[in-house]
Amino acid sequence: MTGSVGAPAERREGREKVGGTARYAAEFHDPGRAQAWPVSARVARGRVTGVDTADALAVPGVLAVLSHENAPRLAEPDDPTLAVLQNPRVPHRGWFVALVVAETLEAARAGAAAVRVTYDAEAHDVVLTASHPGVYVPEEASGGQPAVREQGDPDGAFGSSAARVDVAYRVPPLHNHPMEPHTSTARWEDGRLLVHTSSQGTGAVRVVLAKLFDLPEERIVVTAEHVGGGFGSKGTPRPDVVLAAMAARETGRPVTVALPRRCLPAVAGHRAPTLHRLRLGADEDGRLTALVHEVTTHTSRIKEYVEHAAVPARVMYAAPHRRTVHRVAALDVPSPSWMRAPGQAPGMYALESAMDELAGELGMDPIELRVRNEPDVEPDSGKPFSSRHLIDCLREGSRRFGWDGRDPRPGTRRDGPLLLGTGVAAATYPVMVSPSTAAARALRDGTFLVRTNATDIGTGARTVLAQVGADALGVPLERVRIEVGSTELPSAPLAGDSSGTASWGWAVHDACDRLARRLAEHTGPLPEEGLDARADTKGVADAESDFARHAFGAHFAEVAVDTVTGEVRVGRLLGVYAAGRILNARTARSQFVGGMTMGLGMALTEGSTMDAAFGDFTESDLASYHVPVHADIAEIEAHWLDEEDSRLNPMGSKGIGEIGIVGTPAAIGNAVHHATGVRLRELPLTPDRVLSGLLDRRA
Amino acid sequence: MGNHQHHSRTTLRVNGKPHTLTVDHRRVLLDLLREDLGLTGAKKGCDHGQCGACTVLVDGRRVNSCLLFAVALDGCDVTTVEGLSGDGEEPHPLQTAFLERDAFQCGYCTPGQICSAVGVLAEAAAGHPSHVTDTAAPSGEPVELDRAEIKERLSGNLCRCGAYPRIAEAVEDVIP
Repeated sequence: MTGSVGAPAERREGREKVGGTARYAAEFHDPGRAQAWPVSARVARGRVTGVDTADALAVPGVLAVLSHENAPRLAEPDDPTLAVLQNPRVPHRGWFVALVVAETLEAARAGAAAVRVTYDAEAHDVVLTASHPGVYVPEEASGGQPAVREQGDPDGAFGSSAARVDVAYRVPPLHNHPMEPHTSTARWEDGRLLVHTSSQGTGAVRVVLAKLFDLPEERIVVTAEHVGGGFGSKGTPRPDVVLAAMAARETGRPVTVALPRRCLPAVAGHRAPTLHRLRLGADEDGRLTALVHEVTTHTSRIKEYVEHAAVPARVMYAAPHRRTVHRVAALDVPSPSWMRAPGQAPGMYALESAMDELAGELGMDPIELRVRNEPDVEPDSGKPFSSRHLIDCLREGSRRFGWDGRDPRPGTRRDGPLLLGTGVAAATYPVMVSPSTAAARALRDGTFLVRTNATDIGTGARTVLAQVGADALGVPLERVRIEVGSTELPSAPLAGDSSGTASWGWAVHDACDRLARRLAEHTGPLPEEGLDARADTKGVADAESDFARHAFGAHFAEVAVDTVTGEVRVGRLLGVYAAGRILNARTARSQFVGGMTMGLGMALTEGSTMDAAFGDFTESDLASYHVPVHADIAEIEAHWLDEEDSRLNPMGSKGIGEIGIVGTPAAIGNAVHHATGVRLRELPLTPDRVLSGLLDRRA
Repeated sequence: MGNHQHHSRTTLRVNGKPHTLTVDHRRVLLDLLREDLGLTGAKKGCDHGQCGACTVLVDGRRVNSCLLFAVALDGCDVTTVEGLSGDGEEPHPLQTAFLERDAFQCGYCTPGQICSAVGVLAEAAAGHPSHVTDTAAPSGEPVELDRAEIKERLSGNLCRCGAYPRIAEAVEDVIP
């Protein structure tokens, strides 16, 4: 029986969310719960020379002030950003140097303002340039990707190509800014540590806490019942959970650490800026002969994270001569980390913009250019694709969008002060999957209970896993209950890398499939406690595949550029995806559209700046860092192909959480070029840049 | 605590029920709801009036509850997402519309979006214009809420998951 998977089932936790009863990490009112407020470093590099807590401790209601002078000593974490209040070193501005614990939020805040920290400041260096003397080639880029790959003679082939594009693109630092700031509530009870945290995966949080506090894992419970978004920034434990556990131990009280919004850019990761140089060489027919994508980015002094933005160039197009390189400089900046479609989003912005430029050079339709460069196998690895329907996405998108008959000439369509244009870009995201466990139980009342430590960060994990379980059991969806979001459940990997549903779903499928077989063999009434089955996909889900596995998509945008104000408005945004089997049409559409919305922000409004003088992100809050709002969003459509791929997992699904952002910025940028004839190569496309571009063109 | 001068007795009606509390003068309505009354439906996204997640209704008008000192609201009537359906078991039509449209993902901005939308409906009915209202429209007459009006009026409520199109559809569903 297959009835549930694919259906647009309603979110299981929907009523709680619209009713305001869904509880997030700050909302567990344990008796005696105290509140904590962090104190951030005011220098970008140096040492703390003194922490004067007298005034803070005099604030009524303040219980304790923790700093490196008195905080509990922790074991050394694998992630250096979690070694909070352990030593006087300040690796970047915004690093936490103290924590005030108080009876109330107001007292904690006032206490934090009253802590006097003195520093021995050193000269800092926070500005990335492609020629920065500290730039080096790392051993690896993020995600375990090789930093450098080279095939053939890219320089020679580029030099002798009939058509050439040699361009530089820039993507600024970007902030995840989930709506729920990073928050944890911790308490100690009989030597056990109990934590509610806002995380994409509680299993990893528990592992880290066990190490830091030298506790066996079975004495720690971490739950994340509801999580107010993450977008990568909650993919690893953040300082809030360490601080909460520390403060709870010091005060003997439950403690909530809810990070103030303005702290997030400094301590919760960011998408590092990327400086791209793209060289595309092609013959007269538009076939790529050379593809060179070189990326320079920054990381912090304490942690090497290298945004792997040249990686999609290893997947996308056939070119016999190719080179992809990542370079990085370690600066006195906050530690970068994952943000939705890490690597792919900035990399594909640059690559797909350069492809548009090449199409212009060749006088060729940009879709046709991509068709001509469709590879037979994954270019870098030589592996066959498990499935690849990029061209079908482009064709289907072209049909739905009305691309045919488009006048390719830039800067020729006017409507009063508006210039109009359309653009297209391809998207890709790798198929990721990790081992997971799950348990399924048949109960006497005819219902089933499926348990796995998945995390629902808004993707609808509860719902889709119940659908997978129901089909494997061959029962109606409403008879399957699901429990997620706690380390008390069978262990499971994080919600990240667009891998959650594939990983958890595989284990749920296997557990339910096994239970169905047990039930088929069972005679007579079920035992009192029901009938159980468990699954562990270790060794199966993580087995090396002989195939290159990626989702693909095509993005189309229509823009109007105001020649008076420089404002870009996106009138239409359309995405078509080939992402395997879509398991829940309703929640999948929301994810695709959400990704495209974030892509629109990346294209037009989102951008952060490292202030050279203070070593701080200038746009650190939601008043200065402009995420898209209702009025920015016109028509957004997401469609998908019925893609069958038996080489993925039992559901046949690819991840869908990230690909929506991937092609959107280039599609919009290409549309702005089509509208104006101006090629802007630095995001975001804000009115000042657009107006300057228009003025330059007129001149 | 010995600092009674920093606290005042304040009475608020919240979701129809009166509450008299001794309130720290620094306490904003959002923290009073969440910490003193345990009504955590209103969310703290920024604490600075930048995101709208804390939106509730005070005397029928939508406000960023993180920007209002609770002590200044003595005698006010506050409605939070928990109180939208009144005493009934049935959710408010907007809550139902949000469910049916899948107008949310992580759910953190959702109570604010819903309360804000309730406020929008009342403002439009009362003839309050917005930035996109036709300047030739008669003053004081109800404003018709088309898509542009809804988007403009809800733009103080951020949604990082990008549920905006579905939210606008959900609001359209309940326009009389």
